[in-house]
Amino acid sequence: MAHGGRIAAISALLAATAAAFVLPDWIISLATIAFANGLVVLGLIVMWRAGLVSFGQAMYYCIGAYAVALIGRWTGVTDAVALVLIGGACAGLVSFVVGFLLARYREIFFAMLSLAFSMILYGVLVKTESLGSTDGFSVIVPTFLGYAPHREKLLVALYWLVLAVCASAAVLVDIYFRSLAGALAIPVRDNEIRVEFLGMAVSRLIHTKLVISGLLGGMGGALAALAVGHVDPNMSYWTTSGEFVFITILAGAGSVAPAFVGSLVFESVRSFAFAVLPQLWQMLLGSVLLLTILFLPQGLGSLITRLRWRRNVEAP
Amino acid sequence: MLTAFAILIDGLVYAAYLFIVAIGLTLIFGVMKILNVAHGSFYTFGAYGAATAVAIYFDRGLPDAGGFLLMVLFAMILGLALGLILERGVMRLVYGRDEVVMVLVTYAAFLVLEDIVILVWGPGSYATYQPLLAAGNIEVGELILSNYDLGLIVVAALLAAVSYWALKFTRYGMLLTAVIFDRETAAAFGINVRVVYTVTFVIGAMLGALGGAIMAPKIAVTLGIGVEVIVLAFAVVAIGGMGSIEGALVGALIVGICRAAAVHLVPQVELFVIYGVMALVLMIRPYGLFVRAQPRKI
Amino acid sequence: MLNRGSSLGGVLGTLWVLVSLLEVAIPPAQAQNAAPAAAPVKLGIVSFLTGPAAAPFGIPGRNGAEIMIEAMNAGKVPAPFNKVGFGGSNIEAKYIDEAGSAANVVTEFRNLVQRDQVDAVVGYVSSGSCLAVTPVAEELKALTVFYDCGTPRIFEEKSRAYVFRVSPHATMDSVAAARYLLAKKQDVTSYSGINQNYAWGQDSWRDFAGAMQVLAPKVTADKALFPKLFAGEYGAEISTLLTSKSQILHTSFYDGDLEAFVYQEQARALDKRMTILATTGEAAMWRLRDKMPNGTMIGGRGPHGPLAPDSDLNRWFQKIYTDRYSIPPTYPAYQMAMSLLGLKLAYEKARKGDAKPTTDEVAAAFKGIEFDGPSGKVKLAIGDGHQGISETAYGTYRFNKEKNEPEIVDIIRFPAECVNPPAGINADDWIKDGMKGAKC
Repeated sequence: MAHGGRIAAISALLAATAAAFVLPDWIISLATIAFANGLVVLGLIVMWRAGLVSFGQAMYYCIGAYAVALIGRWTGVTDAVALVLIGGACAGLVSFVVGFLLARYREIFFAMLSLAFSMILYGVLVKTESLGSTDGFSVIVPTFLGYAPHREKLLVALYWLVLAVCASAAVLVDIYFRSLAGALAIPVRDNEIRVEFLGMAVSRLIHTKLVISGLLGGMGGALAALAVGHVDPNMSYWTTSGEFVFITILAGAGSVAPAFVGSLVFESVRSFAFAVLPQLWQMLLGSVLLLTILFLPQGLGSLITRLRWRRNVEAP
Repeated sequence: MLTAFAILIDGLVYAAYLFIVAIGLTLIFGVMKILNVAHGSFYTFGAYGAATAVAIYFDRGLPDAGGFLLMVLFAMILGLALGLILERGVMRLVYGRDEVVMVLVTYAAFLVLEDIVILVWGPGSYATYQPLLAAGNIEVGELILSNYDLGLIVVAALLAAVSYWALKFTRYGMLLTAVIFDRETAAAFGINVRVVYTVTFVIGAMLGALGGAIMAPKIAVTLGIGVEVIVLAFAVVAIGGMGSIEGALVGALIVGICRAAAVHLVPQVELFVIYGVMALVLMIRPYGLFVRAQPRKI
Repeated sequence: MLNRGSSLGGVLGTLWVLVSLLEVAIPPAQAQNAAPAAAPVKLGIVSFLTGPAAAPFGIPGRNGAEIMIEAMNAGKVPAPFNKVGFGGSNIEAKYIDEAGSAANVVTEFRNLVQRDQVDAVVGYVSSGSCLAVTPVAEELKALTVFYDCGTPRIFEEKSRAYVFRVSPHATMDSVAAARYLLAKKQDVTSYSGINQNYAWGQDSWRDFAGAMQVLAPKVTADKALFPKLFAGEYGAEISTLLTSKSQILHTSFYDGDLEAFVYQEQARALDKRMTILATTGEAAMWRLRDKMPNGTMIGGRGPHGPLAPDSDLNRWFQKIYTDRYSIPPTYPAYQMAMSLLGLKLAYEKARKGDAKPTTDEVAAAFKGIEFDGPSGKVKLAIGDGHQGISETAYGTYRFNKEKNEPEIVDIIRFPAECVNPPAGINADDWIKDGMKGAKC
């Protein structure tokens, strides 16, 4: 991130944090869920830079969410930070195991195989009547390092937690993008075979990216579970994955910030469409997406690049 | 013994359904390398078109066979129109871009078309059962089979045979095969790839609409029928291999028979069957069953 | 023109971001401009307006709300509901789609309560939505009335203060189904079931099989099939059932899937071998007409539609609904009507003088309320006064060829305490323990 970009990002973060005092509750709730989803989208961006689109990201989202819900229910752990880390770790573990298989695939077959896994998880959860099947079950109210807020304070606390997690993730992922492994993503997308000839192990690289995106997806799911207060198998359904991919394309693969901005804009537009056209909201959403693809080919990220004073080299 | 026979017939019927639905998708996918999410919309429009045709035709005392024909014709005209509008109007604007972006465009089109269905036909559901019941049934031992289902199997087999013949033995079919194999080289040889794209897309749309029309008498034509079909079609295409008609056929057969066996013998796993089969096939053959040897491009 | 980095693109993109952020500003501004003269009552009505659940449940529910609210605002509802609106205040309704994930549903609920400042939310078809919304409703102290969702878990998991459900829950349907079956077909030896593979279908089968186990332990369950929700294609399932020796087929399939199943089994004459017991069949009968097999045992999730007891109110409701929407009201419309009437009564009971009652006052008045609506008598007797119970009815379907109309005959009514668990006992446990305390 260039110097100017860094200042912009920090001020945006501060503004978002301060906004909690000014904005009405329902906007804070919407933003919390949007940023939690933005974390999942960030994971997808990590993989899209390497040319892979996963239609099974919902699986990690669901694992993170169910991990939080189950641990909160079965053990006494209610600390939000711990729950989010555990949720992310569970999803990361699964992505590590699954990655051995998945890292060998590309393009449509990668997408379909990841979809298959997420749908198998869906099937398992639907069959598990003790977990409420498709009705799901509720998530316990979290505490924050001993502090147990209620109502509006809980909402703000969750919002700040989400902001903190997203900011840390954004910084870490940005560092990753600048590292060798992260920078290799673009060459891998362009021509994998040449990268191999240069001596890099592409499979291992992809595997690492899979684990990172699994971790991010799991943390996003954990945060979403805490924010919504309810988990159900639908979180692993392919249409959920489709939504994340939708936002990813809107955001563009350029940098980190668009993941969150894109997610926020998507939630707002959808809410707007619901309120304005209760029966035809799909048409509004679809048209907006179409227009974006046609007129903003690099996604929302390009909008941000254009707004900067110094015109950076366009993100690949 | 009876169970084995029942599994076979049920498997074939479900396979016929999958194949009819998937063939349009695999064609578009093989030629244009796009995963066309709007295929669900073609299916939906075909079904609603059939519902309208049936409502106009049946219960007037006219011969039943005419009803079948009208239904299919109506749907295919809708498919033709829709395919043309979509391809010339929307897809043309995004050719050359990243494939994922093209998928997103088809997804956006799908969303818009879903709501157009609400605008044209309303949110209620339509009944098109007349062709199904008019076909009658036939008893085989303890089992009673619907003639319409058996007809489906025949239609699917015909479709497979005709597409196979068309691809292998007609000039246009060979052009298509060339484009599936290697788009750039085909263009270098003078094939007008743009026209091929349009024709393929429209044929794919008509096949999708045909699928919807044929299934309409069995189901309640209502909102959301396109959504489930998309995933099923994708799965069959992934199993069979991109652009391969034989692949779609074999994939449909495998999934159909496995699912029928699951329902009869182990109903608990019925939900997983298609995804399990897909995962298994992809693990053994990462590019689908009928993959052509691809040269690695450096 | 459409190349990268086009300025048109930039303008469009900026516009879009601005609009989406502006939309958060407009509704609150509008709310402030509204003249508080006769302080109307604002209701949020949520049901499926898109997707496969729209046609059978969401739209009839929405229509039921629309026609009832119109009638209430005009003061045309028969006594004792004839006050205009809610106790003199006009009702303003905002209709929202229930579609989307749990996160969407919760977000839209918060929007209704906090952005649009509705006084109460009435709605929700899916049990998943109800379960997700309940804790939020309690947290926001928002008066919420669930009209259709069936799961008993809502009031069994915890006692609630602001959430109510006038419509009895789904356990009643399956228990009554078992009782009706045994009353009509004493010689049954085996039954099978085909239910959708998700919570509703699984719960319905479990309740039914459990009730049968208690009432007639010698009758066995043969095939229990669970096709995917909205599968649409039931060839293999029908083949399996054709090879079964059961006399009865239990199904909780509703509209789209029920219609598809009926057409497909008719083509293969399954109903000649097995009688179908459709617990939600009433909603589909007007569309299936002569295609629903004669002799099907049919329920309507309560005494609704043709299963409702005859009364002036019932006849009035059927007339205004059919006049407007050209099709008789089905049970979701009845459930919505009953929920709105219950809310109206609670409002009027809580209202003192001209001031609008607070949410807490309405909730206190709503608790334990008892009244007669188009579906007969309902009493919020369980769930600590928040969950309604009523009698229910099952009948046998017949298509009357002379009148060219579907009808339900051989109706048996089951008293509320016969088919609902008593206060304080979980529905599941009640069935497992032999349905003690049932007064039939």
